[in-house]
Amino acid sequence: MKPVNQKAWLLVAPVLLLVAISAIIPLMTVVNYSVQYVGSTGRFSWVGDEWYREVLHDEKFWNALWRNLVFSGLILAIQIPLGVLIALNMPRKGWGVPACLVLMALPLLIPWYVVGMIWQMFGRVDIGLMGVMLRDFGYNYEGDPMDAWFTLILMDVWHWTSLVALLAYAGLVSIPDAYYQAARIDGASKWSVFRYIQLPRMARVLTIAILLRFMDSFMIFTEPFAVIAGGDPVFLSTELKQTVELGKKAAMSIIYFLIILALCWVFYAVMTRNDGEPGAADQKQTKGGGA
Amino acid sequence: MKQGRFAWIVPALYILFLMTPIYWLVAMSFKTNLEITTRFTLFPEAFTLDNYAKVFGDERWRSVFANSLMYVSLNTVISILVALPAAYAFSRYRFFGDKHLFFWLLTNRMAPVAVFTLPFFQLYSAFGLFDTHIAVALAHCLFNVPLAVWILEGFMSGVPREIDETAYIDGYSFPAFFVKIFIPMIASGIGVAAFFCFMFSWVEYLIADALSRNAVVPITTRLQALSQASGTDWGVLAAAGTLTLIPGAIVIWFVRNYIAKGFALGRV
Amino acid sequence: MARIDLANIRHVYGPGADGEPQYALRHVNQAFETGGSYALLGPSGCGKTTLLNIISGLVRPTEGRVRINGDDVTDRPTEKRNIAQVFQFPVIYDTMTVRQNLEFPLRNRGVAVSEIKRRVDQVIEMIGLGALAGRRARGLSADEKQKVSLGRGLVREDVNAILFDEPLTVIDPEVKWTLRTQLRELQRRSGMTMIYVTHDQTEALTFASGVVVMHEGQVLQVGSPKDLFEKPAHTFVGYFIGSPGMNVLPTRVDGASLRLGEYMAPLSSAPRLRGSPKLELGIRPEFVRLAAEGIPATIERIDDIGRHRIVRTRMLGHAVTAILQEHEQIPADPHIFFEPEGVHLYADSWRVDLSGKQTP
Repeated sequence: MKPVNQKAWLLVAPVLLLVAISAIIPLMTVVNYSVQYVGSTGRFSWVGDEWYREVLHDEKFWNALWRNLVFSGLILAIQIPLGVLIALNMPRKGWGVPACLVLMALPLLIPWYVVGMIWQMFGRVDIGLMGVMLRDFGYNYEGDPMDAWFTLILMDVWHWTSLVALLAYAGLVSIPDAYYQAARIDGASKWSVFRYIQLPRMARVLTIAILLRFMDSFMIFTEPFAVIAGGDPVFLSTELKQTVELGKKAAMSIIYFLIILALCWVFYAVMTRNDGEPGAADQKQTKGGGA
Repeated sequence: MKQGRFAWIVPALYILFLMTPIYWLVAMSFKTNLEITTRFTLFPEAFTLDNYAKVFGDERWRSVFANSLMYVSLNTVISILVALPAAYAFSRYRFFGDKHLFFWLLTNRMAPVAVFTLPFFQLYSAFGLFDTHIAVALAHCLFNVPLAVWILEGFMSGVPREIDETAYIDGYSFPAFFVKIFIPMIASGIGVAAFFCFMFSWVEYLIADALSRNAVVPITTRLQALSQASGTDWGVLAAAGTLTLIPGAIVIWFVRNYIAKGFALGRV
Repeated sequence: MARIDLANIRHVYGPGADGEPQYALRHVNQAFETGGSYALLGPSGCGKTTLLNIISGLVRPTEGRVRINGDDVTDRPTEKRNIAQVFQFPVIYDTMTVRQNLEFPLRNRGVAVSEIKRRVDQVIEMIGLGALAGRRARGLSADEKQKVSLGRGLVREDVNAILFDEPLTVIDPEVKWTLRTQLRELQRRSGMTMIYVTHDQTEALTFASGVVVMHEGQVLQVGSPKDLFEKPAHTFVGYFIGSPGMNVLPTRVDGASLRLGEYMAPLSSAPRLRGSPKLELGIRPEFVRLAAEGIPATIERIDDIGRHRIVRTRMLGHAVTAILQEHEQIPADPHIFFEPEGVHLYADSWRVDLSGKQTP
């Protein structure tokens, strides 16, 4: 058991100060704007929840929210199984391991704007490799919204599946050999091994993967911005960026933030509930879970 | 666990899928604009380094690279420095409100960046920091500090508390113990945390764009301005884009053995 | 229930630092009879676990064949060998309850539901986890987890053999004793072939009717606990089994006697030796007497451990340990005397059978 020591606050103070400056003050500013009207002369006047009501009655907001949810849903439905499939088949030893890790991590370290740019250059029907190949099938992401969706999803899969795969891989390599041996002794099928050994062992990292992928895809802005420059589909962030009135923008920001917080809280709650005994699964067997 | 004989095909195909668009970018960077726009060629026919020459020859390009690397490095250093003591506190002690604080820190990792661009602009303008490296570096702390605390706390919890107690008995003061004994023990954790700080600061676009105008133009802003201008110079864009892959690739290469460990902690 | 034969097994785990192949098993020929209870005994790293894994098929031997009831199963996968195995550290399926864990091996083999229930109830009672049967396995303590692992090994009735790889390492000493007795009981009742790996001689000697002593990838001796004690086939067996271990002294053969310095110890017959091996005399401390005559010795230490005393002496420059019963006195001017029935001759570490054969 960790000792109680209130002086620990001193060690946390710098972080608090820094995060307070970069999170609380801006957030307060946004809240402040969201309840006021800024006149052309720069005069502020109190308007209460008017901006919020306007946002909530704005069809464009709901459309963007809906699009975002569909997008995040599709992303998760593709990236999580695909990432797990890749992780299951990644080499466990030899030169293949660093090769896989390095090559797969590469898209994660490309500036997001450049990711969009790469896909623009790849997908354009006049100069892009993919665009030219698919041109004959009527593909044109700049003209057809469905093609734009297809391109954005493919781009996101390209950009982020590695994160899921690397997380799942880390979960897999932490499984001791004895588990697989026991499964063979018990006559478990490949599916049983996956269902009862690999999946439970990956559960923790996969929850994190889902959480991260959900958040980031829900907030997506930069990459579509680079590819389709604010055209269709319009996501929440795009909508936010395109909104002109300061108050409405602020109110939309707050609603947006609250949606994300609420959804993340749900994920977090599910994650910690499964985690009944923190880290129990990872403890050395000799120590056991007797805590 | 035995894998099938053809298991390698799955990661191989995936990596092929990852590399194809990158190949196209790199190939384009060696083509002339004439070739790019008028002919469809899988390999550069008229191989040229002109695009790179243009990037390196232009002071504006050189400065945007320097700007990006500058605020990214600053952010990484700041994030790690403030996160170290905090992570130590979380891993070693219980104190009033510790759990809530930890969760609240994490929620900042979840904060939608688009929400913060405007207030950031106003905040840093008020302090006269708008369009400085330090402003972008501090703003990126929003998501990097919580992340660094989270990762470091994981590594620190792996170091037995007896180490601390022994050091205090041996007469070390807290700062001396922390710097001379503890930090070397979690060096790999610091490496992993620094990697992720670097990564998220390097790839971010919205905040960096919002907090800069002339002095600190990040590389992506310039790319954006040029790619959406009329009569795009594709060759130069591709060359500059290719160059932005390099810092990331170098960083991955250095930490390749630690990535899996960082991920294994489930703390990204 | 089955007979298991290992023929000319060798196993290499790949070259070591010096590029030489690293033998986990050098050359093993071993039969495990139907219904026998065997202990594989040896220090850590002697190849016990490898041998076990070769029997169960988790490891394929580099050379040699494995036969079960005469069928060559060397190329048959674990699942098809019908063997149960319990590992040193608990392996449990976290997300299942205790009961589901125990049902798992049976369900995988399509056993009828009523039969599963009967078997699992039996095993739950045997391992004493009745109260926890419905609990998620992940929350159990280490020894409860190991009991579940053990239970999964015991739940299949029709297995060819059950292999135990130091299964009681993580279990409390008291519980350990009870469980071992239960295993022994079960073995006797069911007549299953059991092979039990351990590095603890007490565990091996109390569990098994046949003890297989291994060292550096070889089987040194197979026998009853009595054999191992009375006729250690190899100096290592003499040293490893018994507490304290056998005394081993360099010697020379002189007709039907062994020569120790200027002293002689008589043998029942003159040994016939090939070549010029390194010769050693082995004698267990139980057969060393302290008397008024014999070879002079100095006493270095006496450990009184209750029923008897262990006397450490130095004789002709060599350390010799003797065990003295309570009533025996230590003479004022101690001499050492070897009881002839306890004297063994070793040529290149292997025991020379004085009936004339050299083992193996």
